[in-house]
Amino acid sequence: MNTNQYLGIFIEEATENLQKLNQSLLQLEANKEDTLLLNRIFRITHTLKGMAATMGFGKMSGLTHAMEDVLHKVKNGALAVDEILVNLLFQFLDALEDYLKNIVNSGEEGLNEYNGLLQALRNIDVETAQEKADRGNEEPDPSKKIMQMDIYVKSAIKKSHEMGMNVYKITVTLDKGCILKAARAFVIFKALEAYSDIIKSEPGVQDIEDEKFDFAFSLIAVTRKGKDDIIKDLYGIAEVEKVELEVIESAIEGEGPDVTGKNSMAVDLPGKDTSTPGDVISSKAIDSRITKTIRVDIKRLDTLLNLVGELIIQKTRMEDVFNDKDHVKDEHFKHLERIISSLHDAVMKIRMVPIEIVFNRFPRMVRDLSKNLGKEIELLMSGEDTELDRTVVDEIGEPLVHLIRNSIDHGIEIPQKRISMGKPRQGHISLKAYQDGNSVAIEVEDDGQGINLEKVKEKAVEMGVIIREELNSLTEKQLLELLFLPSMSTTDTVSDLSGRGVGLDAVKAKIESLGGVVEINTRAGSGARFIIRLPLTLAMIQALLVCVGEERYAIPLSNVKQIVKVKPGEIKEVQKKEILLMGETMVPVIRLVRVLGISHGNSKPDETGSVTIVIVNKGEKLYGFVVDELLGQQEIVIKNAGKYLAGVKTISGATILGDGKVALILDLNYLMQ
Amino acid sequence: MENIKTGDKDLNVLSFSLGEDEYGIDIQFIETIIEKNLPLTRVPGAPFYVEGVINLRGNVVPVLDLRAKLGFQTVEDTEETKIVVANVEDINVGIKVDRVYEVVQVNKNHIEKATGLGNENTCKYYLGLGKVNDKMIILLNVEEIIKN
Repeated sequence: MNTNQYLGIFIEEATENLQKLNQSLLQLEANKEDTLLLNRIFRITHTLKGMAATMGFGKMSGLTHAMEDVLHKVKNGALAVDEILVNLLFQFLDALEDYLKNIVNSGEEGLNEYNGLLQALRNIDVETAQEKADRGNEEPDPSKKIMQMDIYVKSAIKKSHEMGMNVYKITVTLDKGCILKAARAFVIFKALEAYSDIIKSEPGVQDIEDEKFDFAFSLIAVTRKGKDDIIKDLYGIAEVEKVELEVIESAIEGEGPDVTGKNSMAVDLPGKDTSTPGDVISSKAIDSRITKTIRVDIKRLDTLLNLVGELIIQKTRMEDVFNDKDHVKDEHFKHLERIISSLHDAVMKIRMVPIEIVFNRFPRMVRDLSKNLGKEIELLMSGEDTELDRTVVDEIGEPLVHLIRNSIDHGIEIPQKRISMGKPRQGHISLKAYQDGNSVAIEVEDDGQGINLEKVKEKAVEMGVIIREELNSLTEKQLLELLFLPSMSTTDTVSDLSGRGVGLDAVKAKIESLGGVVEINTRAGSGARFIIRLPLTLAMIQALLVCVGEERYAIPLSNVKQIVKVKPGEIKEVQKKEILLMGETMVPVIRLVRVLGISHGNSKPDETGSVTIVIVNKGEKLYGFVVDELLGQQEIVIKNAGKYLAGVKTISGATILGDGKVALILDLNYLMQ
Repeated sequence: MENIKTGDKDLNVLSFSLGEDEYGIDIQFIETIIEKNLPLTRVPGAPFYVEGVINLRGNVVPVLDLRAKLGFQTVEDTEETKIVVANVEDINVGIKVDRVYEVVQVNKNHIEKATGLGNENTCKYYLGLGKVNDKMIILLNVEEIIKN
């Protein structure tokens, strides 16, 4: 089979599944007895095995197969979940991720064999076998095995009851005329899995797939749905003759054979291939949200957005043409405008994805790094469902990795030190996302040692970015700004993680390229907090259009604090720099005609003899930009000026105006420097 | 004779002129050819050979003056001036040329590796010399031109 065309889908789905596996393993590590979780891990592994095998990735499917084997043993009680096992499973996960990375890069799995891992797994097996031999119970007899199965099912049932879920035993009898029994059974499973977790089926799923059943099969499902709904749903499926539904009240009391179907299991189980997991087929964890989705290539959404952008531009153009104060036309235009604006919102919403997909990787990262460094750190995350534009989500991962690594490496102290400082032994890093007005804020906060401002000062002087005399006049905020300078690092030791001084400046550059800002708060000894603010949507902003010389530029309105008209004489020159006094504040004045290379002269005062200055704030500081003319405020569609011009710092993007001409969006942050 | 970057196939190139000489770009990189009448917006801070950006059907596309890029004397636009829009790895760039001729096939055996074309800074922009009938076409490395 030529599988090339499916490679993209495979990569996407495998990535997703590995991420889920990672998440579940982390949960399992904290909660080793959780059978539902185990169930989930098993299912993901099974899915991955199937996917890899279909694509012909033998090594991946070999690894997942081995994982499945060991998980199977855990499930029937032959193995216990312990630290060693979880670590091993994590190593498997890493190996799988490595294969996937190779596949992404080259379409091939690569040559790594991971024999060591497989050996480690076998060792675990041997150990358990030995333990069993010690207990004189080398060959577990079938009845023992059934008992263990029951323990698993029972604990799952118990857990479900604790969570307030309903547990049903459902027996479905298919129509005698049904030809494709397995397919029909599959439809029924799918239907049930949409809202329930199937913890057991009888006969096993493999047998059902192989049509090794008469016309009836039973399963135990955990769900929040009511009994009647399920019955109704199942009768809605073709060729279903009879549905029997039995409520399982309690697993503990359920010693009777009919409750968990133990009797028939006893007939069913012995001699069955233990490597085929017949009993677990849930496709969704109970807590996962159930939505119908389709996958769409982001490029198609870009095209759609582009078209909507065109529509907006065209509408503006038409308004200019028909600008004749006709009420009827005006009414129509208003209507059109509303529709277009709803359309734009709808498209933007399609592009929004929860930040979860970025956050997911961090628990593992924190776990691994803190183990390496001998620190104890708990990562608390909230607001994972906060949505951001897809392009932002794709870009935000890297800066967050930097910040979290910083917190782990520089922020949180080793346990002994924390205790001696009277802090709890375990450090905390909190990662929060939330919507804040028209922007999304992401906070990375730790309760570590904070940022040593004295060291920052020292370093800044050492690097020659500031002279010692000036230091005292700097506010704390300005001092913290210094951290974002290239090659600034306050640690003396360079580690694998950080300390090389590449980091915060890269973080800042990335965030700014996404139209966002970063702030730092810190208290010496008790921690630091980084706050990233990002615009909710990138593609459309309110802008101020200005004329400089003969050229038109757009300034994002969010930057603009005020517009003032002053007489040329009010601009004072201090040390060859132009300053405007606004009340008590000194505002540096920047002449756009000069910095944009339009002419070397000054902007001409208008007929009233005054010049127009756009006051922009950057953090606390104000800057004034002299323009020639204000053209008005307008909603503009941001267009990428293209990778080719990525090196041009003066502009952050471009837009197309009503007359079809391109206007550039000024990157004021850059121009202020 | 040595073949360069053509594999086993003959090369299809769009031929155009800059001054006296005839140049060619592999057509697989060419998206479209447009007149030089779209309004151009200057980009402050851009390299000297970037004329500005245009609105090409809703996309903002930079336009570079090939003469400037290759280190030639720049000239005023004429009626014949065209913009060849090339696409290399999803980067769209308009390349301004004096005049566009036609698509010609250059036999792989009739391509000679570039020697002595351009100076030390610009030699990487040349692929070689192609002979078509009795004409010589200077083959340009459009990937290098756009990416560097």
